[in-house]
Amino acid sequence: MRLDQRLIADMIEPKTRVLDIGSGDGTLIGHLYRERGCDARGIELNMELVTRSVAHGLPVVHGDADHDLAYYPDHSFDYVVLQRTLQAVERPREVLRQMLRIGRYAIVSFPNFGHWQLRLRLLLGGRMPMTAVWHTPWYETPNIHPCTIRDFLELCRQDGYIVEKWLAVDEDGERAPWRRSIRLANLFGEQALFLLRRR
Amino acid sequence: MNSTTPLTVGDHPHASFPEGVELDCGVTLAPVDIAYCTYGQLSANKDNAILICHAFTGDQYVAEAHPLTGKPGWWERMVGPGKPIDTNRFFVICSNVLGGCMGSTGPRSPRTDGQEAPGELWGTAFPPITIRDMVRAQHKLVHSLGIERLFAVVGGSMGGMQVLEWAVTYPQMMLAVMPIATAPFHSAQNIAFNEVGRQAIIADPDWRGGRYWEAGVVPARGLAVARMMAHITYLSEEALTRKFGRRMRRGPAGGQGPEGPVSTFGDIFEVESYLRYQGSSFVRRFDANSYLSITRAMDWFDIAADHDGDLTPAFAGTAVRFCVVSFSSDWLFPTSAARTLARALNRAAANVSFVEIETDKGHDAFLLEEPDFDRTVRGFLCGVAEHAGLS
Repeated sequence: MRLDQRLIADMIEPKTRVLDIGSGDGTLIGHLYRERGCDARGIELNMELVTRSVAHGLPVVHGDADHDLAYYPDHSFDYVVLQRTLQAVERPREVLRQMLRIGRYAIVSFPNFGHWQLRLRLLLGGRMPMTAVWHTPWYETPNIHPCTIRDFLELCRQDGYIVEKWLAVDEDGERAPWRRSIRLANLFGEQALFLLRRR
Repeated sequence: MNSTTPLTVGDHPHASFPEGVELDCGVTLAPVDIAYCTYGQLSANKDNAILICHAFTGDQYVAEAHPLTGKPGWWERMVGPGKPIDTNRFFVICSNVLGGCMGSTGPRSPRTDGQEAPGELWGTAFPPITIRDMVRAQHKLVHSLGIERLFAVVGGSMGGMQVLEWAVTYPQMMLAVMPIATAPFHSAQNIAFNEVGRQAIIADPDWRGGRYWEAGVVPARGLAVARMMAHITYLSEEALTRKFGRRMRRGPAGGQGPEGPVSTFGDIFEVESYLRYQGSSFVRRFDANSYLSITRAMDWFDIAADHDGDLTPAFAGTAVRFCVVSFSSDWLFPTSAARTLARALNRAAANVSFVEIETDKGHDAFLLEEPDFDRTVRGFLCGVAEHAGLS
């Protein structure tokens, strides 16, 4: 399991109901189901990964964050998870709204566009930055809605979500030590991880 | 369409229910026989039974040579020792549907409504049946085997309709269901195809108002045409192209028709030859009046209509685990229908998996070699067993 998935798993209470949007090969829901006794289910767009997950006995439906969340009833999960995908959905604000309609908590991770390397490359090179995290050229990237940690916090404020926990992590998922300053986290954190709840 | 003699119905192993089955139409059909096969061993706790529901023209011979045709069981590649539905582990039951013609009570059975002439068969007087009626009869069979709760109910196409009906009518009766290549209602296009098939049968002079048995004939032409047309809907354009293309084969007269060397129907396309073979072999094993009864039951199938037009309440509060499977090139029961079902199940907060298998084989893919599908079936059933704490 990736380190950032472990951080997500640590945010989830045992024996709760979890929906993982973009569940990939099912690693996180498999872990939550088998090790934590959660009723963990997935949505995944890549059919090969859906089949692989179901073939491992995990409940996964083919679908995506933009089109399928509307079909889940209110308050039907304790946690709704969206890993490293918010920047790639069509309507991030609506996806967040749906997540917090379906779940009591939303767990969201995304790559931070405010990282110093990106800022520096754009400033000095004048070209769209390419880094280990942002590695596809602008004409091919699925990341159509990049944001920074501060942008995300501003959206949470506007839409009235309460940030229960947040972490800035590096690409490998190691916790980064800028907990006290959002501005520093926004400069040095490659990935951001948020636990949100409704007001 | 040379051989028009139907293969004789032997005595298929069956259970008898003298009290009969109360049908949706209000009639009580009695007595009722349900022919069935089983594979594997029922566990001491009776917790390992899987009911398989067959498709429209299938029957109970899932995993053994068919006693009439001698062909392998229709799902032998799925059901058996070590197969995805593993009979070393599960006790598998499959019964011929009510209205069928392989030993279960249907239009070819003796008429028993008190108005019968001596030796008369039901024929078209057989009461109209529904998919739910088929499921009621299966429920009686399962109960008579001493099973209080099935591990799973699995089926494709019309079998998938029965699976959904099981989940709605007897939600406490199983841990899991797999509706495969199916839909929560029969579409207008599918009703249209069924109607063409029925009209082909009815238009055959040998149908004789449904009383063909009196003259010792069968409406072989009509039934074969119905089958040929239906068979096209089970495939896909890609599959037909891949298997047959535009290849020709010599006609019976060596390419020469009665008018001499040049003839419109001297040589035939391979796809025509294939369909003719499908038609002629079908009439020997299937009863025309069963064809009419069962296609009508499919047409009426609409889970939502029985629940005020909304699919979700039909599944409200269900604890059953669902695995919905569709095939990308199936245009009879397309993925869009499966997605509608999966979304309705999500709305009902059901535990649902939904997989679309990529294939060019069309609707029939669920009967054919599809490794991803096999893995899905095996994995889903193992997951359910793991969740239920079954070894």
